[in-house]
Formats: sequence, structure tokens, C-alpha cells
Amino acid sequence: MLRYLLRRIMLIIPTFVGVTLLSFTLIHLVPGDPIEARVGERGIAPERLAQLRAEMGYDQPMWKQFLDYERQVVSGDLGLSTVTHQPVWHEFLSLFPATIELSVCAVSFAVLIGIPLGMIAALRRGTAFDFGLMGASVTGASMPIFWWGLMMILVFSVSLGWTPVSGRVSDMYFVEPWSGFMLLDCWWSDDEGACRSAASHLILPTIVLGTIPLANFARMTRSSMLEVLGEDYVRTARAKGLSDVRVNVVHALRNALIPVATVIGLSIGGLLGGAILTETIFAWPGVGHWIIESIQARDYPVLQGGTLLIAIIVIGVNLGVDVMYSVLNPRIRR
Amino acid sequence: MSGTLTTGARLGAFWRSFAENRGAVFGLLLMVVLIVVAALADVLALHSPIEQYRDHFLTPPVWEADGMWRFPLGTDDVGRDMLSRLINGARLSLMIGFSVVAAALLTGTTLGLTAAFVGGAVDTLIMRMVDVILVFPSLLLAIVVVAILGPGMFNAMLAVAVVTLPGYIRLSRASALVELNRDYVTATRAAGASTLRLMFDTVLPNCMAPLIVHATLGFSTAILDAAALGFLGLGAQPPTPEWGTMLAGALQYYQRAWWVLAFPGFAILVTVLGFNLFGDGLRDALDPKLKR
Amino acid sequence: MALLEVRNLAVEFTSSRGRFRAVDGVDVTIDSGDVLCIVGESGSGKSVSMLAAMGLIAWPGKVTADVLRFDGTDLLSLTPAQRRKVVGKDIAMVFQEPMTSLNPCYPVGWQIAEALRAHHAVPSSKVRDRVVELLDHVGIPDPGRRMNNFPHQMSGGMNQRVMIAMAISCNPRLLIADEPTTALDVTIQKQILDLLVDLQKKHGMALVLITHDMGVVAETAHRVQVMYAGQMVEEAATETLFAAPRHPYTAALLDALPERAMGRARLPTIPGVVPGIDDRPTGCLFNPRCGLADALCSSTAPGLSGEVGARARCHRPLGGAA
Repeated sequence: MLRYLLRRIMLIIPTFVGVTLLSFTLIHLVPGDPIEARVGERGIAPERLAQLRAEMGYDQPMWKQFLDYERQVVSGDLGLSTVTHQPVWHEFLSLFPATIELSVCAVSFAVLIGIPLGMIAALRRGTAFDFGLMGASVTGASMPIFWWGLMMILVFSVSLGWTPVSGRVSDMYFVEPWSGFMLLDCWWSDDEGACRSAASHLILPTIVLGTIPLANFARMTRSSMLEVLGEDYVRTARAKGLSDVRVNVVHALRNALIPVATVIGLSIGGLLGGAILTETIFAWPGVGHWIIESIQARDYPVLQGGTLLIAIIVIGVNLGVDVMYSVLNPRIRR
Repeated sequence: MSGTLTTGARLGAFWRSFAENRGAVFGLLLMVVLIVVAALADVLALHSPIEQYRDHFLTPPVWEADGMWRFPLGTDDVGRDMLSRLINGARLSLMIGFSVVAAALLTGTTLGLTAAFVGGAVDTLIMRMVDVILVFPSLLLAIVVVAILGPGMFNAMLAVAVVTLPGYIRLSRASALVELNRDYVTATRAAGASTLRLMFDTVLPNCMAPLIVHATLGFSTAILDAAALGFLGLGAQPPTPEWGTMLAGALQYYQRAWWVLAFPGFAILVTVLGFNLFGDGLRDALDPKLKR
Repeated sequence: MALLEVRNLAVEFTSSRGRFRAVDGVDVTIDSGDVLCIVGESGSGKSVSMLAAMGLIAWPGKVTADVLRFDGTDLLSLTPAQRRKVVGKDIAMVFQEPMTSLNPCYPVGWQIAEALRAHHAVPSSKVRDRVVELLDHVGIPDPGRRMNNFPHQMSGGMNQRVMIAMAISCNPRLLIADEPTTALDVTIQKQILDLLVDLQKKHGMALVLITHDMGVVAETAHRVQVMYAGQMVEEAATETLFAAPRHPYTAALLDALPERAMGRARLPTIPGVVPGIDDRPTGCLFNPRCGLADALCSSTAPGLSGEVGARARCHRPLGGAA
């Protein structure tokens, strides 16, 4: 197990270098150099420009600049935002909990509803329930979530007035940001109204971001479950005289979840992509919202650093998924 | 003679297996309707998609109180006919889907086959590149590419094509590697066929099935991602009647005029659904192993 | 009273191509302490009939029988919950493929313990001891350690021993073994068979052994039933069957035994294959492959003739009319 983990971590290194190379290259594709971009229309004396270039290392050959960049990244220096002049790393850290909170809620929503639905559809295959669920899930998987979010706001917030339109908590409440996770902070602040407000702000974004994963998990669980139900060990479990629930959940679902777990892990990347849209629609102050704003403000250090950090997080999540997979599937355990 | 017969019989068997899946037939129907609408856009659209009727801002659809038959689905904030814009948007979406898929399919398959045939350092380099692209959430990478190249429909299409490349590369490489070990490839090689001929003439046709399925499903990804970029203001620019861009323009009016918001997104949903249903059906029909 | 009594059992599967009778008109009677072998080629319905008796035929399969009684209880009229109290406890089954019949996600000891817990066979505090005892009983060395192994960490023979331990865990009165040695190496086959017969004697269970191997039958069975294309074609005591088979199919099976073919240039085979879904002949199902078939055989299906326990389904039985 330890050796497997070590080998897996070694494999990350070339990917990491590739990711930094890509983010380095992309930024250098921006027309003009970063200093000109920052100076903008005001203009600058040529001597001053040359001096700045030398200071920031832009007169160096490309490979040298890349090595410098790589060194900075490894030491955790991602530059300063050109808008707020704050370190990119700090801004990311302060916003990331909001994104995690939303993503965790969305994945939990999708898992807790999608997997049982997929299992029931498999057990009742060919029935109206099965057809209905499969129809709904292919529709869910085809959903343009930016529109879906707007429709939900239109119905539940504007017409019915059940849920708030945007943000994480009502302005009425001030919550000390201990952890950055609004629900936890509200919990600790012991303010029931704030808790309720934070939870109600989470409902729509969770559903919107969770829709596509929900559809995928339900479909995957169903097909995986159908495969497993034909296995010999399920028949053995029945032959033991176990109850249907025990046969279907403890024996069949446990095995059916192995491929589903991979799909859940692989959906994290898509989820962060979806978070960009969801956060934009609901003005959710997370990393996705921040990156879109950085584009509008031409804040390239934020764009570059934010993207890189998200990629690094995905690498970490993928590693976690691999480890989880080996825990879940005894056959590949070493 | 017998050749055409067997082809006909195979097509028939394929169609029977495909038609068993009612969802797939529904998807095909949606696609056909969409293609017809796109092809006849000039005839079907009552108005120019960019003409602004200054007296008719935000006219509601015909069944609402102030609706009129002149604008069956109402008008937007600057008085353009929604229906005409949607119809022209269908043409755009299909065009975007087709261009993105064609570009990604061609480039991806070439890279994948090259990786499989050349092997060694080239294979490693290509597959590492794939790994790196896959680490980025695809929408995020597309956003970054467009942010750097500048917003616009062409750049958006380019970005979506780039982020969907890995799928085609992996798929074609994997199928080519399987085919390469088959006897007929060895035989063709022994007969002295060149590598290029072997790649495109012998091996490629035999790994087409998964690529076709992936490309069909790729249509929906392309349309969805391009629309998302349009929605974020990074794709097609107004007044282009691209569905995602139309949604972005409608944002401020959603409390007053639900129709400017509801219809473009619904059009995206129906289009993507059609391609997904058709693609799923195609996969089941082409690959009986996956079918249950 | 017989322990298991089955009369006119039929199993039907409905598919898009129509209905198919996998098992038709099967009778089984077995008493405590009996060893009954059911023999037949692959696809002859021998496993399906026993799965039906266990209530393990899943939808869209349909089971009917005039009588399906275990120890006086009508199995067909039981609710699923009542049936589960019998299945796995009083009737247990060992399957053909040990490698796929155990759940890959759980240690083998856990899987045995699950059966014990399901039927409250021993108090919870004793479950672990009982698992070790059972594994030891079926000849698994170092059972205290082996019980924590996953199925993929053990050989096929070891897994089959685990399956047997699981089957006997609740002291069943009837053990059904469905080709328990087919998937195993030849050297292991004998050990597993000996183990089964040994356990049967020790516990006084009834044992139904499903096999296609006449050699196994000769060594183990008290009584034999021969199945062909879903029908029982002959039943007899083992010695009688080997000495004087009545159905031409039984005779052909026996002739195909290498021991009996000594001195001949070639091992005799039965021409043709067992009829499938679409090619059922009229009349006797065996008539296209039978050397003795005449006009009657190809027009009219024969019934079982003779007394219960010594019957053949044949118009022209060997050794004179029944």
C-alpha cells in the first residue's frame, strides 16, 4: 500500500511540471508583455520599461523565466493581484472554503439521492419508475446549468419567494469567519437565524451544481448494479437466506459502488467547472466567481494563479480517489 | 451484388437494434427537426435575427396578455424577434458543434494514432500532454484560453476543441493499440503497406465505432460549453443570436420578462438532449457488449 | 416421509423469443442420509431444477410444481420471509464456481459469519469460534488467520472449502452441491468430493450432487437421476443403473466412460447435441440422437414408466418392456 502510494506520488511530478508549464505558456500568449498590460494606456518611458523588465526578469531567456516561475510556485509565491495588490495565494485561501462548502453540499446531494435512485431503478428495471428515472437523468445530464440556475431563481426566489437569490447569508447577520465555511461559522456563533439563513442560501446553488452529477451517478449506479445483480456471489447471498435488503445493499450495492466511486472522483473536475457558472449566477463569493472577475479586470496573476491552484487541487483529489478506490476494492489492494 | 446485400442487411440489423431504444429514436427525431430548422432558417424566420423593432421592446409571447402574432415568442430588450433569433441560433449551435467536433476528431485521432504507431518518447509526450489537459476542469481551461486569446465565437470554438481533445486521443490510441495486435494488421504489414497507409487505411476504419459514438456525444459537450462561454460573455458577441449569449443579454430583465430567459436555455437543453439520446442509442446499437 | 419431495416440477423462462421450458416434469425424492446424483450434459436443466427447489429462480423465470415439499412444508406456499428461514439453514447449496461465488469485497470468515448470524445459529459471542471451527472442519489450515483472507487471495480449492463451510454452517439437513468440482484442478476434485461425502456421513445430511461425470456418480451416489433436455429420463439405484441401464441415453453415457471403453479403438460418443430453445424435436426429445428410435419415438412423447425410484422415460427401454 505504501509503495503503491509512493509510486503514485512519483507519477504526479511530471503532471505537475506539465501543469505549471501550461499555465506559464498560456500567460505568455497574452498579447504584449505583462508590464505593458499593467501600465496600460498611460504609457511609460522606454528606460523605465527596460528597468522594470530587468527587475522582473522578463529580459531573461524563456527557459530561465520558466525555471524561476517553477521555483516561485513551489515556494508558494503566486504573485500579487493587480487589482487588490494582495497575494493571490491569500485571496484564494479566503475564498476557497466557500467553493468547498458549495461543492461538498452538491456532491452529497447528488450521492445521497442519485445512488439510491439508481439502485431502485436497477431492481425495478423495465418498470415505469425505471423509464421515468432514466429519462429524467439523461435530461439532467444535458442541462445547461447556467440556465437551470436562472430558472430555479425565477421560480423559487422570484415567484414563490421561498429562497434567497444570491450570496451566502443574509446581510442581517454578521458572522465571524472562523473557518470560512458559513454553515460551521453560523453553528459556532450560536445564532439560529444566521444558521437558517445560511442553509437557505445554500439550497438552490446545491441543487443546481448537483444536477449533472446526480444524473450521472444515478445512471452509473443503475448500470453497475444491473451488472452485479447477475453475479454468482449475489446468488450465493440469496442462497444463505439473507433478506432482500441485505442482498441488494450489503452484497450487490457494495460491489456496484466500486465503478461509481471512480465516476464520483472523476466528476470533481467537472464540478469545479460547474462551480464557476453556479457561483456567477448566485453571486457566491467563491473561487469560480473570483476567476471570472479576474478576467473582466484583466487581473492575470489571479487568473494564472487561481487556475494553477485549482489544477493542483484536482491532482490531489485524483490521488485521493485512487487511494479510496484501492480501499474500496480489495482485489487491487497491495 | 452480395456485398450490397450484406451491407443492407447489416444496416437493417443495426436499425432494428437502434429502434428498440425509444429514447434514441426520440433523440434522432429531435436532431432531424433541429437540422431542418437550421437548414431552412432563412425561410422559417419571420424577421431578421438582428433587426430591432423600436416600438416593441420586451413584447411577451403570443399567448400572454399583450402578445401578438407578429412576434410568436415575443421580443427581447431591444425589440428583436425571439423566434427568429432562436431559429438562427439553431444554425449557429449546429455549426459550432460540427466545427468543434470535426476539429477535435481530426486532430485527436491523428495524435492518438501517432502515439499508438510511433510509441516511445512520442507516445509518452502525447499522453503526458493529455494528462495535463485533463487535470484542468474543462470549462475552466476553455475560459482561460478564451480570456487570453480574447473573447469571440471563433476563439471559444477553438478553446472547446482544445479541451475536448484528450477524449479523442485516448480513445483512438486505445482502439488502435488493440487493433495493432490483430492478425490482419500483421498481414497487411507483411504485405509491405506503408505506416501511413496502415494507420489510416487499415486500422482507423476498424476503430471508428467508439470514435463515432464519442463524437456524437461530443456535439452536446461542444454546444453546452460554447453556450456557457457565451453566457459568461467570452463566446459569441452580441448581436450574434447564439443561445448562451442571448441568455447573458437577458439577465437584467429576468424579473420582468421571463421569456427572454426561458426560451434560449430551453433550446440548448433540447438540442443537447437530442444528441445525448442519439449518442447513447448509437453506443448501445454499435456495441452490444455494453447493452443490457 | 421424504425430506425433499418434488413432483412434476417445471421452470419456464419468458423472453422476447417466446417461452422456454428449461425444466419439465422433474420428480425428486430424497430422504435423510441419502446421496442422490443428478447427471446430465450441460444445459440439461439439472442446476435449474435444484435452484428452483431453493427458490433462487429470479424473474422472469417461473416455477410450477404439483408438489414441492421440504420436511412436510409446502415451499411454494411460503412467503419470501418464511422461505428465507429454511433456505440457507435447512437447505444449503454449494455452487460450481468458487472463485465468483464468494463476494470479493468481504473476508471469507465474515461471509461465513453472516450466514450464522442470519439464522441465529450460535450466540453472537460464539460466532468467531464457530467460523474457525468450520474452516478447520473443511480442512483449511491455519483457520484463525485464513478467515481474514479475501477470496482473491485464496485458490479455487480453498474457496470451495469455504463455500462448503458456509453451506454446512447452520447444520443443514439437505445439502445441494451443483457441480462442486467442475471448476477445480483434477487433483483437487477428489479431495472436495471426499470432503462432501465425509460431511454427509458425519452429519447424516441428505446430499444432492449435480454432476456430468458418471465416474463421480459411481463413487458417491446411492441413487441416480439422469436428466436430458430438461426432463428426467431415468431414475434408479446406482448399482442397478450401472448394471442395467434402461434408457438408451443412460446407456450411451455409460458407454462413453473410458473404463468401459477399454479395448475399443475409439471412445464412443453420442452424435449430435442437446436440443436448444428453437430445435425441440417432436416425440421423444432424444429420438434424433437415439439408435433405437422408431416411428412411435418421433411422433409421441413417452411418459415415465416403472415404479417410483426405478423409472425410465422411453418407449423402447433396454432390457425389455417396463
